[in-house]
Amino acid sequence: MVYHSDELVAALAERAAQLRRTAIEMIYCAQSGHPGGSLSAADLLTALLFHKMRLDPANPGWPERDRLILSKGHAAPLLYAALAQRGFFPIEELKTLRQLDSRLQGHPDRLKTPGVDMTAGALGHGLAIGAGLALSARLDNQTFRTYVVLGDGELQAGVIWEGALFAAKYHLDNITVIVDLNGVQLDGPVRDIMPIEPIVDKWRSFGWYVIEIHGHNMRQIIDALDEADDIHGQPTVIIAHTTKGKGVSFMENQCTWHGRAPSPEQCQQAICELAVSPDAADAAGPAGGGQ
Amino acid sequence: MSQVDLSSGCGPTIACREAFGQALLELGREVPNLLVLDADLGSSTRASVFASEFPERFIQVGIAEQNMVGMAAGLALAGWIPVTSTLACFASKRALDQVRASVAQPNLNVKITGGYSGILAGKTGITHQSIEDLAIFRAMPQMTVLAPSDGIETRAAIRAAVEYRGPVYIRLTRDPMPTVMPPDYVFHIGKAVPMRSGSDVALLSTGWMLLPTLEAATILSGEGVQATVLHLPSLKPFDAEAVVEVARHTGAVVTVEDHSILGGLGAAVAEILSERMPTWMRRVGICDCYAESAPNEDLLTKYGLTPANIAAQARELLASRTASRA
Repeated sequence: MVYHSDELVAALAERAAQLRRTAIEMIYCAQSGHPGGSLSAADLLTALLFHKMRLDPANPGWPERDRLILSKGHAAPLLYAALAQRGFFPIEELKTLRQLDSRLQGHPDRLKTPGVDMTAGALGHGLAIGAGLALSARLDNQTFRTYVVLGDGELQAGVIWEGALFAAKYHLDNITVIVDLNGVQLDGPVRDIMPIEPIVDKWRSFGWYVIEIHGHNMRQIIDALDEADDIHGQPTVIIAHTTKGKGVSFMENQCTWHGRAPSPEQCQQAICELAVSPDAADAAGPAGGGQ
Repeated sequence: MSQVDLSSGCGPTIACREAFGQALLELGREVPNLLVLDADLGSSTRASVFASEFPERFIQVGIAEQNMVGMAAGLALAGWIPVTSTLACFASKRALDQVRASVAQPNLNVKITGGYSGILAGKTGITHQSIEDLAIFRAMPQMTVLAPSDGIETRAAIRAAVEYRGPVYIRLTRDPMPTVMPPDYVFHIGKAVPMRSGSDVALLSTGWMLLPTLEAATILSGEGVQATVLHLPSLKPFDAEAVVEVARHTGAVVTVEDHSILGGLGAAVAEILSERMPTWMRRVGICDCYAESAPNEDLLTKYGLTPANIAAQARELLASRTASRA
């Protein structure tokens, strides 16, 4: 496996912190949006869009690009922040989030936003779409890879497991699913609303190769994405243990911050907290590795 | 009990589902990026015909219609033309959220076929009948909705849907019917098909109900009532001009569909005419109830989808109009 330098890992972590600040500012500006799930997915999306995925911002429709399906479409602010920083559209446009005639809809819309591969937001849809793309690459002998980012709450939707069966049956080893396992959904903790554990065992019993990581440890994230490339004959899922509202003390693990905009004071405090360097504890993190 | 006689057809009897399978086969030979996705009903819908010639382009997803439609969206994103095959009841209800959010809203080039539509679902009963699908699909922006009549039109409609770029729902009928369309028939999305001209009343049909509608026109003609028959196999886009024209010409319109009278052809015609040409109307269809399992002839008679009932509704409509003017 390729060794990634400390400098790269640190730069990506710093980029994730920047995207978190931008997402909070966007949600504040729109006075609506989903901060909790945007912050939990920040490191995962940063690793994908700034490191792992083959993309060409000057040519968003490039047929050979890797595909990203953000099935947990409510993390759109973070996705838009990343796409703008990546050069898909002007950064100034970020402040138009959720405004009339904006290209930045409340949930991703492939017909409006450059760099958005697929419309998303109705939870549970993403894995089937990703499986369709992965099958397409197989049928066409294309080399692009499909990434699907799922929330943990949406694993309660039965159609996710229909897609899991399909990807295993067709041995789709060109798809990587990442579960943003932040443990909290709109109305409360996932374990109270509808438990999904033991989640590693579930995916494994469906025929998937499972990698379990600390989802705010950038090195573990990029190593896991590399490891998935080397798995043949079966699809891979990365179970990323994350924190809802990661990086903002009063938002962390609070379902009340699933879909709510901060006040001016709260926004200011959140930006201050997100300005400090990424957590050293995250850099250490629990050990990951394939299973 | 009166028997439904479909013998008025001018051509050989073709099972519509066989026509569907044949159409897929023909198009599979011509269109290399055509895929067929099936949810364990291939031998019922006859999508299996495609599978035997193109196994590598036939995707079996199992009893998982939501996943099937989502996958079709993913395949369409990459440039394939996926045709999903299941029953109308599952395409329009079980997979509806995927149809809306992953096909219609992103405007993807997916062809959704719904077999066993209406109440003719092979004695399976209300779980497998589908009397709401036209209403559901019609309500969706960016969706094209087709309901062909006989085997010839079914084949032509599948071809038109594949040639068109964008999401299409095609409502299919299960059973053998005599053919009434000419062998060289070409399906035009958005166009009505004039079948017969008369100045006393207009009978407007969609789907396979064209056949009993033509027969009703023959019955009425024997009584001295001359009926126009206008066939509307394209529910969306809808040929409003043609509907307004026959309403203007006759002043009395009867709609006929193997579907609920809510939200389908009758509703579409009423919406157009009430705004542009208020006209005396009757709607023949399923009257806001679930039907039951029974042989076709018994069902059609009980639920009024017969030439005799269509003719009776037309007579009653003309009598009401005359009475109101007295």
